[in-house]
Amino acid sequence: MKPLLEVKGLMKSFGGVRATDNVHLDLAKGEIHAIIGPNGAGKTTLISQLSGGLQPDAGTVLLNGADITNMPAYKRAKLGITRSFQITSLVMGMSVLDNVALAVQANDGHSYKFLKPARSICHIRDKAMENLAKVGLRKRADDLASALSHGEHRQMEIAIALASEAELMLLDEPMAGLGPKESALLVDFLKELKGQRTILLIEHDMDAVFALADRISVLVYGRIIATSLPDEIRNNDDVRHAYLGEE
Amino acid sequence: MDYTLLFVQMLNGLQLGLLLFLVASGLTLVFGILDFVNLAHGSIYMLGAFICASLTFVLGNFLWAVLVALPLTGLVGYAVELLMARRLYDKDHLDHVLGTYGLVLVLDTLAHIIWGPAGITVPLPAWLDGQVELFEGAVIPVFRLLIIATGLAVAGGLFWLVNYTRLGMLIRAGASNRTMVSALGINIQTLFALVFALGAMLAGLAGMLISPITGASIGMGGQIIITAFVVIIIGGIGSMKGAFIAAVIIGLIDTLGRSFLDKLFMLFMNENAAETAAPAVSAMMIYILMAIILAVKPQGLFPPKVR
Amino acid sequence: MKNMTKTGWITLLGMAALAVLPPYFLLNGHAFYMDLATRLVILGIAAVSLNLLLGYGGLISFGHAAFIGLGAYAVGIPSYHATWGGFDLIASYNGMLHLVLAIGVSALFALITGAISLRTKGVYFLMITMAFGQMAFFLFQALDVYNGDDGLTIDVRSELPFVNLDSPMQLYGLSYVSLAVAMLLVKTIVNSRFGMVLQGAKDNNERMVTLGYNTYFYRLTAYVISGMMCGYAGFLLGNFTTFISPDMMHWTRSGELMFMVILGGSSTALGPILGSSVFILLEEVLSSFTIFWHLPFGLMLIGLVLFVRGGLMRLFKGRGE
Repeated sequence: MKPLLEVKGLMKSFGGVRATDNVHLDLAKGEIHAIIGPNGAGKTTLISQLSGGLQPDAGTVLLNGADITNMPAYKRAKLGITRSFQITSLVMGMSVLDNVALAVQANDGHSYKFLKPARSICHIRDKAMENLAKVGLRKRADDLASALSHGEHRQMEIAIALASEAELMLLDEPMAGLGPKESALLVDFLKELKGQRTILLIEHDMDAVFALADRISVLVYGRIIATSLPDEIRNNDDVRHAYLGEE
Repeated sequence: MDYTLLFVQMLNGLQLGLLLFLVASGLTLVFGILDFVNLAHGSIYMLGAFICASLTFVLGNFLWAVLVALPLTGLVGYAVELLMARRLYDKDHLDHVLGTYGLVLVLDTLAHIIWGPAGITVPLPAWLDGQVELFEGAVIPVFRLLIIATGLAVAGGLFWLVNYTRLGMLIRAGASNRTMVSALGINIQTLFALVFALGAMLAGLAGMLISPITGASIGMGGQIIITAFVVIIIGGIGSMKGAFIAAVIIGLIDTLGRSFLDKLFMLFMNENAAETAAPAVSAMMIYILMAIILAVKPQGLFPPKVR
Repeated sequence: MKNMTKTGWITLLGMAALAVLPPYFLLNGHAFYMDLATRLVILGIAAVSLNLLLGYGGLISFGHAAFIGLGAYAVGIPSYHATWGGFDLIASYNGMLHLVLAIGVSALFALITGAISLRTKGVYFLMITMAFGQMAFFLFQALDVYNGDDGLTIDVRSELPFVNLDSPMQLYGLSYVSLAVAMLLVKTIVNSRFGMVLQGAKDNNERMVTLGYNTYFYRLTAYVISGMMCGYAGFLLGNFTTFISPDMMHWTRSGELMFMVILGGSSTALGPILGSSVFILLEEVLSSFTIFWHLPFGLMLIGLVLFVRGGLMRLFKGRGE
């Protein structure tokens, strides 16, 4: 089967530093593909190039076989790529529900609609609420986003990714800063999504990674040194040396 | 085509460009290092002109007046930094703009109260007041040559400062990186105050140099500040090299536009229409240039490396 | 009416006062207060339009006075030619023509300058809008046909159906209704889907782009809408003052508009009106003391920036809001 996302020979340098060095990657439909690697390996840089936030220096990115390498971020989003941010990125001055509603609204035709109050459009609000409920934030819907805790912000990021109905979710360390309990909840939740969405997961929490991933790629200094099934990665000597820190 | 006239006008354009550079360099310096937007920069230019004018009458000599007025404008800059700008660095750019807009009103009104509404003309010493004939027909006022020489000298000094000194290293290191600056063990408050005072002196100098030509007047600051903005927008905010190149381009285009556009227009429209259109278009020309450059390079010709 | 907020009540109260007091003063022989109120209401429209950009879009436009000038010249130029001949295409006293010109030219100017300046952000945007505003100023200064710097006197006001602009009462009525409509319009836009996107982009542009919004075009649309509204304010102002000059477009005028919006507290409905009232009262009161009224005004502005945040409207807000 043709992969949903194909990345070929992706290169990106900052000054003299190669943050992405000849990366090849493919994501099958419905798989959860984890990318692990030490800090500074270029994981976020990679995601930004896939979401359109950064332009690669060379290489191609294909979505369903179509070249999207030079496509601006908003168009990629329209094609069904969404991302979450490692450092929480929300519209802090709006309510929790508004944040998610904006994601729903983005898929509900254009937004050059000036007259009807956005907050009275039932199908948008309902769908946003539905997604908030999924991540357990229903009760906080009317609070300002800025009033929520860090853990709740991470949940909001997921709710927004869900609400955008994207086929491909690029999740940048969704567990970062979560307690063990919250992490476990999120893992369960992502498990349920398995098969419905394609997920590229960047995560440091190895328990979460091994619990979720269908395949794992290891990124070190911008290079992918291995892509394989979880068990093989666990037993791969190179990976252990380079990353897992075992002698 | 009258090549002698063209040559003379190009010198005039260069002179305007260098004056613009003096104003814009201070602006870009303050913005680049302090991340501070100073609308009152033009008012300091105006103060430079007025202070120099008064001193010329007191001291009896324009050059002495400039020498005394320079540190005085530096002092004005220092005072502005101390009393106001310093408290605004951590705030929004919008606060900078509103606060310095208030300062524009204050300084302009003070100038009005002190020097009156009419403005002052500044007499030149006899040896500067003459003209020289560079070659057959190309007559240039000596003073304009002096402005060009001063402008080039200051530009040279600034390039030395930016490229070969510690302060310059800080400037090139990328704008408002305060953590790095303090990591180098530099007293930021003093550095900032010095930069601000230097910027003020540069603007003041420009005002002094123009005062014998146009006189010192209340509105002059408000006029030049926008042109200086256009210069640093085109050059790339924070870039000294960009400010220099953009200033000279704008000086030339503005001067040549005002003197030759009507003749150019007459090539393809009747005299009447050309005489109406030419001043209108030449008034807009530098803004049109800005628009074109921004359409191609939104960050200006020499964008700052990291923002 | 239970869900009316405190600010909502104050807004209503303020608008009611503006509806009743000025006509009352005029009928009792105090034409001066009527003049003041008319100016206030017209500048209020301009401030409301700027607030759409500044308060809700986070776009600090420092060139809005240009739109006022364009709107005013859209009255002055056709009227001038209708009196003195020439430029047959637009020479007319017809107010509808003036209106179409004022709004159309403003929209065009906003579209072109906005398309360029919105490619940048923050300080760049501020300076570029300022420069374009000043371009308009210099353009009209260079137009000797219309007396350049010295300005143009409008001998005949726009002729509109139903409203006679020569009557101070009717001119005020039109301006007042326009202000109310402008406020409602901005409120509606802000609460619409479009408004949600605009506000979202103000707060977190990257997030909005990631969701699939091309925020550039949303902002450009807001810029054009705001420019058109401000141009309309200029149309009214030209008819009110019957004297127009490039000075209306000077960047310091844009600064005053900005002052009104920010003083009143941006991103609130009544804020801009409050700000313009304070500005006009200050101008009147201070200038009755001294011709150098800009000095205390400037000092106040500096003090405001240094010591108050959030604007005057904050003082009126209850804790719960």
